[in-house]
Amino acid sequence: MNAIVFSALWGVVLMFVGAFVKSRGSVKYIAIAGAILGLVLSGMELYSGLPLFNIDKTDMLRTGNFSLTFICIVYICTLVLFLLNGKDFEKIGNHVAEYFALIFFVLCGVSLCATFDTLLLLFLGIEIMSIPLYILTGSEKSNLKSNEASLKYFLMGAFSTGLLLMGIAFIYGANSNGSFYLEHIQPGKEHLTVMMTVGIVFMIVALGFKVSAAPFHFWTPDVYDGAPTVITSFMATIVKVGGFIAFIRLFEGSFGAIQKDWQILIVILTVLTLLIGNITAIFQQSVKRMLAYSSIAQAGFMLLAIFALNGPAKEGLLIYSAAYSLATIGIFAILIKLNDYTIDGFNGLARKEPVMAFAGALFLFSLTGIPLTAGFTAKFYVLLAALQNGHYQWLVVVAVLFAATSAYYYFRIIQAMYFKEPAENRVFTDEKIPASFKFMLLVTCALILIIGAYPEIIIGWLYH
Amino acid sequence: MDIKAYIALSLILFTIGIVGVLIRRNAILIFMCVELMLNAVNLLLVAFSQMHAVSTAAKASVTYASDAQIFVFFIMIVAAAEVSVGLAIIVMLYRNIHSVDVNFLNRLKN
Repeated sequence: MNAIVFSALWGVVLMFVGAFVKSRGSVKYIAIAGAILGLVLSGMELYSGLPLFNIDKTDMLRTGNFSLTFICIVYICTLVLFLLNGKDFEKIGNHVAEYFALIFFVLCGVSLCATFDTLLLLFLGIEIMSIPLYILTGSEKSNLKSNEASLKYFLMGAFSTGLLLMGIAFIYGANSNGSFYLEHIQPGKEHLTVMMTVGIVFMIVALGFKVSAAPFHFWTPDVYDGAPTVITSFMATIVKVGGFIAFIRLFEGSFGAIQKDWQILIVILTVLTLLIGNITAIFQQSVKRMLAYSSIAQAGFMLLAIFALNGPAKEGLLIYSAAYSLATIGIFAILIKLNDYTIDGFNGLARKEPVMAFAGALFLFSLTGIPLTAGFTAKFYVLLAALQNGHYQWLVVVAVLFAATSAYYYFRIIQAMYFKEPAENRVFTDEKIPASFKFMLLVTCALILIIGAYPEIIIGWLYH
Repeated sequence: MDIKAYIALSLILFTIGIVGVLIRRNAILIFMCVELMLNAVNLLLVAFSQMHAVSTAAKASVTYASDAQIFVFFIMIVAAAEVSVGLAIIVMLYRNIHSVDVNFLNRLKN
């Protein structure tokens, strides 16, 4: 609750800052302060259980430990993104304060997605999350690729909103209570009605669009490739896990009892997502595009949590959100500093920038799922959840095989950084890499190792 | 009138919208088809709301029947917000390439 009110307010504050504060450099610090304040406020709510703003929510929002822990993770990831790439927002265009303001509006949407208890707020949360992103994707106004990405994202997003709403309408019509509350729309134990089935299928398709699960992923590579890289970093991590949290909350809250009926659809989505994401990523030459496909592949693993829908699945999704977001934000932060986005652009980076290369290697290890990193723990938890579910156990084997496949394209970058010679007079970056950036990279590495070694920290927040 | 008639009508509108999104090449027309999809949903929600309001089950318990009508207002507001953003994006694209044809989008692939 704190996070929803605060992020909306801070977005407005930042828009005023854009109008009245003339120095562009200081905007970054106000945004960082906002992320810290948001983290503190949601942390306070998580520990005391009492929100600052006592609003009658008429049960439309439910803030449990699961939601609050997720919101804290989102704020931590945003803070890391701001600290690493705060300066790179100035490269997008002249309206730095507005970009940060829009990011805070997206955070408001993500918080709504984590706390909704009726379909109305699910719809509003997903829209508040998406609409500012359409603008952010196209924020590089003179860059044609950014324009096209934004149009494509917008059309696809609006289309999937239509599907989501159709699903909501059918679910509303199918339940006899005539209510949008998650507990009221639960179908009974008897056979599913046609309307309910159509509604659930529409919901799965629409949310599949939002989390870019195959076969609804086709917009993802183009949009992630075309958007400004800082925005891609935000979009591929925080917004994507926001979609997943909405997915798991909806399906756990309303359709958990009839899991057997829709599980096969999620199984198909998972296998296709893992297959298409991993296989296509192998053939990419541009690292940015490769990371777009890798984000599809990682979404396949997070879908396993939706598939399992039990205790470990919720823990796994939280740890996966943190592990995946931190590692991806880190690797994008390194990519932003480089001039050349192809894999050859990484050749010999270890010689010139040992800290960046080391951090990059660790992020890629985490994305692959090498033990001791957060990625391993996260994958372990979602696979455990899938096993405990008891159905379709071959899915775990498929997932592990694809995790091994992913090592190929992640390790190619590490190989380029450490074992290849750079071209003559190679210039990696135009600017000098500041020491604070390297320090933040190491802090992010430390966070990944801590989550990898002590996942109890996050689980402890969940069950404190 | 029977609820089935409303469902059929809104499904027809919705399908026209989906087909339009899939086959049209003009960004503004695609956008109008998306709006048609949303309006089909609005119609369906209002019809269901009426259906729930007159059904006996809803009368017995606490009735939420008017929720759907409020929902329709939210859809309209969100659609308006989407229009403002979407038209801005289309105008921005038009300024750069002097066309709103989505076939241009294919250049992103490489």
